[in-house]
Amino acid sequence: MSLDKKYWRNPEELNADSSVLEAIQKNEFVEDLPSKSQIREEESSDDSSTSRRDFLKYVGFSTAAATIAACEGPVVKSIPYVFQPERIVPGVAEYYATTMADGFDFSSVLVKAREGRPIKIEWNDKATAKAAGGARVHASVLSLYDTKRLQNPLVDGADVTWKTFNKSVQNDLDTVGDKQIVLLTQTFASPSTSKLVEDFKVKYPTAKHVVYDAISEHATLEAFNAKYGVRALPNYNFAKAKTIVSIGADILGDWQGGGFDADYAKSHTPTNGEMSKHYQFEANLTSTGGNADVRVLASPSAQKSILVEIYKQITGDSVSSKLPSEYQKKVADAVNHLKKGRSNSVVVTGLQDKAAQFLALQINEALNSSVIDVVNYRLIRQGSDADVMSVVKDMNAGKVGAVIMCGVDPAYTLPNAESFLAGLKKVKTTVSFALKKNKTAALCKYVGALPHYLESWGDIQFTRSEFGLMQPTIQKLFNTKQFQDCLLTWSGNDTSYYDYLKNNFSSYSNGVSWNTALHDGVFTSSMEEVGSEPSTNTSASQMASQLLKSSSKGSFELTLYSKIAMGDGKGANNPWLQEFPDPITRNTWDNYLTISKKDADELDLENRITSNGAIDGDIVDIKLGNTIVSNVPIMVQPGQAPGTLGLALGYGQVEGLQEEMKVGVNAYPLYNNFITTQSVEISKVDGNHEFASLQLQNTMAGRKDIIVETTLADFVNKDKEEWNPTPMFSKDHIEYPFDSKEVNLWQQFDRSIGHHFNLSIDLNSCTGCGACIIACHSENNVPVVGKAEVRNNRNMHWLRIDRYYSAGDTFKEEQERYETDGALDHHRNVEVESFDNPQVAFQPVMCQHCNHAPCETVCPVGAIGHGRQGQNQMTYNRCIGTRYCGNNCPYKVRRFNWFKYNRNDEFDYHMNNDLGRMVLNPDVTVRSRGVMEKCSFCMQMTQKSILDAKRDGRPVKDSEFQTACSNACDSGALVFGDVNDKSSEVYKKLQDDRKFYLLGYLGVKPNVFYQTKVTNS
Amino acid sequence: MRKVILRPYLLAITLFLFTTVYSYAQETAEAQPAESAAVVDSPVPNGNAENGEKLFKSLCAACHKPYSRAVGPALHGVVDKYDGDFEWLYAWIKNSAELIKSGDARANAIYNEYNQVAMNAFPQLSNQDMDDILAYVELPAPVIEAPVPDGKDVPVQTGIPTDLILGILSFVLLLLAVILYLVNKTLNRFAEVNGVKLYEDGAERKPLWKAYVENQFLLLVTVVVFLLGTAWFGYGYLMQVAVDQGYEPIQPIHYSHRIHAGDNKIECKYCHASARVSKHSGIPSLNVCMNCHKQISEVAPETLAEGKEEYSIDYNKEIEKLYEAVGWDKNTQSFTGENKPVKWVRIHNLPDHAYFNHSQHVSVGKIECQTCHGPVEEMEYMYQNAPLTMGWCINCHRETNVQVKDNEYYTKIHEELSKKYNIEEFTAADMGGIECGKCHY
Repeated sequence: MSLDKKYWRNPEELNADSSVLEAIQKNEFVEDLPSKSQIREEESSDDSSTSRRDFLKYVGFSTAAATIAACEGPVVKSIPYVFQPERIVPGVAEYYATTMADGFDFSSVLVKAREGRPIKIEWNDKATAKAAGGARVHASVLSLYDTKRLQNPLVDGADVTWKTFNKSVQNDLDTVGDKQIVLLTQTFASPSTSKLVEDFKVKYPTAKHVVYDAISEHATLEAFNAKYGVRALPNYNFAKAKTIVSIGADILGDWQGGGFDADYAKSHTPTNGEMSKHYQFEANLTSTGGNADVRVLASPSAQKSILVEIYKQITGDSVSSKLPSEYQKKVADAVNHLKKGRSNSVVVTGLQDKAAQFLALQINEALNSSVIDVVNYRLIRQGSDADVMSVVKDMNAGKVGAVIMCGVDPAYTLPNAESFLAGLKKVKTTVSFALKKNKTAALCKYVGALPHYLESWGDIQFTRSEFGLMQPTIQKLFNTKQFQDCLLTWSGNDTSYYDYLKNNFSSYSNGVSWNTALHDGVFTSSMEEVGSEPSTNTSASQMASQLLKSSSKGSFELTLYSKIAMGDGKGANNPWLQEFPDPITRNTWDNYLTISKKDADELDLENRITSNGAIDGDIVDIKLGNTIVSNVPIMVQPGQAPGTLGLALGYGQVEGLQEEMKVGVNAYPLYNNFITTQSVEISKVDGNHEFASLQLQNTMAGRKDIIVETTLADFVNKDKEEWNPTPMFSKDHIEYPFDSKEVNLWQQFDRSIGHHFNLSIDLNSCTGCGACIIACHSENNVPVVGKAEVRNNRNMHWLRIDRYYSAGDTFKEEQERYETDGALDHHRNVEVESFDNPQVAFQPVMCQHCNHAPCETVCPVGAIGHGRQGQNQMTYNRCIGTRYCGNNCPYKVRRFNWFKYNRNDEFDYHMNNDLGRMVLNPDVTVRSRGVMEKCSFCMQMTQKSILDAKRDGRPVKDSEFQTACSNACDSGALVFGDVNDKSSEVYKKLQDDRKFYLLGYLGVKPNVFYQTKVTNS
Repeated sequence: MRKVILRPYLLAITLFLFTTVYSYAQETAEAQPAESAAVVDSPVPNGNAENGEKLFKSLCAACHKPYSRAVGPALHGVVDKYDGDFEWLYAWIKNSAELIKSGDARANAIYNEYNQVAMNAFPQLSNQDMDDILAYVELPAPVIEAPVPDGKDVPVQTGIPTDLILGILSFVLLLLAVILYLVNKTLNRFAEVNGVKLYEDGAERKPLWKAYVENQFLLLVTVVVFLLGTAWFGYGYLMQVAVDQGYEPIQPIHYSHRIHAGDNKIECKYCHASARVSKHSGIPSLNVCMNCHKQISEVAPETLAEGKEEYSIDYNKEIEKLYEAVGWDKNTQSFTGENKPVKWVRIHNLPDHAYFNHSQHVSVGKIECQTCHGPVEEMEYMYQNAPLTMGWCINCHRETNVQVKDNEYYTKIHEELSKKYNIEEFTAADMGGIECGKCHY
């Protein structure tokens, strides 16, 4: 009876006596008017000279003035094209296939453009390769319209023309003599760029190309090189997996380039009574750990032992693993499953250690794993830590005459940034190509203004056989030039990069035509023979013992990670990403040190919950050798392994950012030797940090039936009513199901004719990646409210992904234990278990579009109507802002516009400048202050599909009905469609036994339904 | 008696004003367009210009104009240019390419002058036909006398202007009031001097307002009427706020829908092509104008005259404005590349929160453009015909049947609905066309 599990969202909920929690639950619907603290001080009423009388006079006058002014409509000018491009029709969206490649995220995308300006990013269905975080890819369109972008090339900080820029750089390069010219770039994974660099080397023989990834995969690249003779990353197809054992690998995050979530979800959703079993040994609670069937807490040093032990048991090699006894049972279980799954098993590790990665490859080879693909390897990380370090050394030794950087910001991201900066001063010619004037660019003599990827040409080789083309989707907004164009000029070649690219294309395209490739955005080529046999025969046993040798010294083991929102920090000036809640902590606008409850108690650290539900935290300093990162807020994280800490990279940037975006602390100084696990000391310092978290907001106040969860065994063997019981109601002593007519207060409408839209959400497939959240922002012009307003519970997300913790035990066990244990002991036990290693469930919640919607009946002005296609329709221009609907909504999905978020200097995000407003979807109203808003089931999208079909005179195809969120979900968790179409996929989902309604017993008949979460434990 | 002296003076002014206006009206009436038809001897004596006109319009007019350059040269004076060498002209018209090939100097000169654009061959023309055409083009250019000689856009005044009449009327009324006042005053003085008592002492008449106030019924009626009136006009006033029905702004380039859609019967969607597929009907880009106006640099003389007379618009000047905006050089017949996008004044403005899609109505609903936009083909100045209020939209949705015929999208839904409700036709509202969310999202 999984239904009786106790779910909680915040540690405070486990504390039965919490007065704060009680207050929050009582005040659930109370939201005060903007208080004094939120209005600027000079406007506060106390020290104002404006009396009430004056105020009324002003009100009267301005009302009269506004009324009179409103009588005369403004003169609107329309400026059509002089020569209209043939394919552009105003009002009709164009789609272009292109490729995102910023050195960290590599993905094929479709770009939706209206009147020549990109407004939305979607997945390219034709693409097979993806190595990126979904949220970041979808948000990348907003970075195009970033006001902080460089608009001209700079020489010594002054705007110049490209001609002057190129001439000066070329002069400098010609006088470099026998000193080195270093090209320090991001990973391009571009065949044409590689060729171009070779051309450049011909002109300048002292040139050398060094690839630098801010978050490095050097260890894996080296291990793969040692084993297979080529510097690349193995590829994985988790859709084939039956058993996944992950040792510290965040496979649903950015591990080895990321992008594995969709395939993972396929095998981790029960089909024909089978699903993959996922063991996760980790220190930080990641979304991967949250999705795992068995999650074992293991510090990085323990992870090493576990890896060696698995290696030992799978390969039969006799090495000592020094495995602590508490892990023995779990490891044995994992090994059993690995052996059972055999060729469908895979072992992956996130340990940044060549030996560890080598062992993982060795294990997979022994398993003959079909999940790992070492033939069609990934090429999207090529950075070499050793090379970067030697460049820094050479720069300090004065051996480097010129350093040309592109897409990198070593002054911010290098762990030894100081040494780099010292070296940079000794280099005569410093050139940096960047989108923004970042820390490195600010120190360089020459700064090249880069175009955004949506304004650029390029080719990308994702894997050995999968390629993508990048094409511009908009005229260049600023006076920018691609790095490759400049390289061509400097090499004395006066063709453009576009021509160069096109000419070079045939050398690897394997007969695919340029136009086809450009149209599709992707193409597959045969695998040319590269790579040789490994030069040295590396001994795995040696590696194993070497791995265990490296021991920790500090008192805490810190694991550095990258957040789904921020990645390596390139999107720091993107307000969508800053306001994106972390799937686990649900924090926005911050990074923080996650710490276990046990350690926090020992160090007297705590998170406090304020009376309005916001979270505060203590502050610590982190010490690693001589490096101190100060003023890091802590977040007590359930499921954090004791003795370990977690901190996200990519925050704490200062240069090239808007004031509002300068949040968090820079963790890169702790990324010593490019290793994500470090031994550190922490000490508490005075102060209090205010978090903007969505954690405890809108509590479900003990309501049941929020998540239905069961085990695979129950799911397969037992009756549906046992693991997913239908809520029943009693009338005249007869039990009726909740959706029966008998127990319904409302009149039923016949919805069998025409379309009837439903959305199915599979809790198994949802990995919590959040691509849907950003897609929803982008499609529906959802405003960004800023850190302070998020803290005030006023975030505007139409779609949120709730995260629930629960103790591993069931209610039944809890009952049994209650009888044997003392009452006090019992409570403590539940608390400890939950805190130690809770189970995690993700649940996307948007407007449920109830057919019997409680919000509709309470609206005094009839601003909410119900469509016959099932949508709950919010009419903004009718809304007068009583917020009755929000209070009557059981799901808390209605968001109120407390302020005008566009053209308002108090909310200086993209909607406050002309450039940023170009991203707005012209088909969706930009809401004003004082109205309620919520998910519309993307009415504009369904209406468009219907209209297209009507115009063509044909029925609508099932795949045509989409919402922004279902379109962005490539793991198949969100399925949208017409349930009156009996052949539709959503209709099949509706018939599924796993189906349940969120708070279904309320009888509101939602048009959104969920699929029971099945865990393979 | 100061005031009495004033009177003849005022009278004189009035008289003077009357005479001026009268004479002005006479002058305008005399201004008659002079018909000038000077007949000059034709250089093509045996040509029939009437037949020539027909032939010219069907064969030559695509590239030539008689009096100005188009794709080809202006043809007026061509006989003189080639010294009446008719044989050469016949050869050229019949097959210019051959003549050029033969190395004829004159043929090659003209061929090169016009960017080596070959002229079509017309072997079907007889010598008489060609004579007729030449006779037509050699007719002297008709002189159209513009009503306003200096050609400026001065409004044409016919008869006495209304403002003047009103002015005089009010002046006369004022004068009358002054006279009456003076008469009254003088009579009063006479009475005073003669000792006539106008009112009885102590028995003053009750003032009218007092009597009125005391009559409660009348008061009630007045109040009711006043309130009803206020409500009526107040409601009417508020309801027309932001309703711009009849909005008829002056556009930067005068474009006559009357000529294009009315006289020339150009299909609306030829220019407003995106109405078929997009939410916007689209203001045509200037290259669409140039599809025709590359050839048509001047309007027909009658049209020009009509424009000047009735609307005081010089259509040719408007075409010049178009050329300037699009960057078209008439002399070289090519685009200069320097253009100035036109800032049209938008007439139909829906608020941002209302979604309207042209293609839904035009392509799917098969609704005529005129249903909402009114008699566009009669509009010299485009104006907003419909109120564009929500009530107006909704009304139409309630009354208009959905075009289910021959549209497979509706097959299933039509079948189900007609079975359920036993109806054949249903309106947009029946299909959910008046749900808020269909237009507001």
